Order: sequence, then structure tokens, then C-alpha cells
Amino acid sequence: MKTAVVVFPGSNCDRDLAVALRETTGVAPAMVWHGDTDLPAGLDLIALPGGFSYGDYLRSGAMSARSPVMRAVVAAAERGVAVLGVCNGFQVLTEAGLLPGALMRNAGLDFVCRTVALEVANSQTSFTSRYDAGETIRIPVAHHDGNYFADDATLDRLEGEGRVVFRYGESVNGSARRIAGIVNDQGNVLGLMPHPERVIEDAHGGTDGRRMFDGLVAALG
Amino acid sequence: MKARVTVTLKPGVLDPQGRAIHHALNGLGFDGVEGVRQGKVIELDLADGTPTAAIEDMARKLLANTVIETFRVETL
Repeated sequence: MKTAVVVFPGSNCDRDLAVALRETTGVAPAMVWHGDTDLPAGLDLIALPGGFSYGDYLRSGAMSARSPVMRAVVAAAERGVAVLGVCNGFQVLTEAGLLPGALMRNAGLDFVCRTVALEVANSQTSFTSRYDAGETIRIPVAHHDGNYFADDATLDRLEGEGRVVFRYGESVNGSARRIAGIVNDQGNVLGLMPHPERVIEDAHGGTDGRRMFDGLVAALG
Repeated sequence: MKARVTVTLKPGVLDPQGRAIHHALNGLGFDGVEGVRQGKVIELDLADGTPTAAIEDMARKLLANTVIETFRVETL
């Protein structure tokens, strides 16, 4: 399985994501700089990491979504390549129009940094095949802008189509319908605020995040 | 020429920062503040004759996120 991690100026979880991909796929991912216009050929998965790209200038993810490499990421997503956006990566995916809605300032205004309970609302995606439907898993969050917003019609459509993949077990940031992660209509683009790459071995205090990567390896080879 | 783009949250979109400012104004003794909405102002230096439609295009493509925000363009 061939993977890449996109690195933006201000990304700070790119190396964690690279370790998670290397440990689970057996091969180190290509690290692609945001200013590159091309991605390596034959990728099975593109991962957008957490962090504070461009210092969250204008809006979280707004500048990164317009960076040169994102045109290649959008084209790859449209061809069906799997794309995973974690935290700031999720913000970039919404700003780039690959996922609907927007991530706004947390309702309580606090930066939330703790491990939270998540309900697996859809275990049928290539990202979640190693989870059971309705299972509760524990994955850390660390964000200031994780308050998912979309209009009611969009939220109803997401729920109706099974595109809400992860839901917070309790209100963490004011997110609409406690949404923590969603997929696009083709199911090949997942954005989520929690950090699966931070729980891939026992020393991290849990391995619930590793199961996402193991599921991707099983689904994408 | 100059233009000013004012970006504000759409009506109905929760504005926790505006609410915190509202709360702080009340704490300072400013009674009668019935609501606060926070937005941003972006000032552009432009080539003379830049059409308003081009500025609106900039706003739609980058300056505002039209999922949650609206904008107003003034040429100065």
C-alpha cells in the first residue's frame, strides 16, 4: 500500500501520521510539501495531518486548501483515491470543498485537549472496517476549531446516507449532532477531528486509532 | 483604488466569540447591549478599475467561507 502525507507550513502531526502509516503499512509514506504540484504516482492513500497550517490565518485550513498540492489532492480524490484528513486536515478538506460543512470555533471557546469517547456510527467504510457498528472507542482530540456546522438539510442528508462516521459520546465542542467525522458521498474521503495516529500502540494508552490504519491496509492492500 | 470586504457570520450561525464579547460588555456595566456578532474586515489595494464582480469572486473563493459567512463589498 502506497501512502503520502502532505506537509503544510505549520503542520505539527505530520510525523506522527507518518509513523502510524509506516508501522501499519510496513512502508514509510512519501512526505509531500504543500508547494508541490504533483503527487507521487500510484498512491492508495493521501493523509492530511493535524496542526496549525499557515497559523490558522483567515480561517483554519483556508490558506492550505488553496495551496498548489491541493489541486492534485482534489483530482486524486475525484479518481477515488482514499483521503484521510485529521484535525487540521479535516478543516482543510472542508475548506477545499471535498467535504461539506465547516469547522467553527469550539462553542465553549476553550481549546479541548483530552481523550474522548467516540461512537462508530458507520463501520462499513474503508476507514472503519476494523470497528463494530455502534462500538465506543477512545481517541484523543486537541483542537480549538472543531465545532462542526452545516445547514439542517446537509446534516439530514449526511445522516440519511450514513456519512456520519464518528460521533462524540458527549458534547465536546458544540458540534452539530455531536459529529466528529464524516465521509464524502463516494466514501473515499474521511475527515475527523480526533487523532487516530496518537493511539497506535499500548505505550500511547490505547490502540483504537491503529485499527483505522489496519482497516485501511485490509481495504486498500 | 481600495476596497473593503466585510465578512460576517450568517444569521442563525452560532457566534461564541460574539457571545463572549457580549458577556464582557455586560460585565463592564454596558447595559442595553442586546447582541454582538463578530466578523472581520479585509482591505484590498487594487488596480484602478477592478470590477466589483472580481472582488466578489475573491470573497467567494477565499475571503469568506460561504457555508457559514456572508460578505459585503465596498469600493472606496
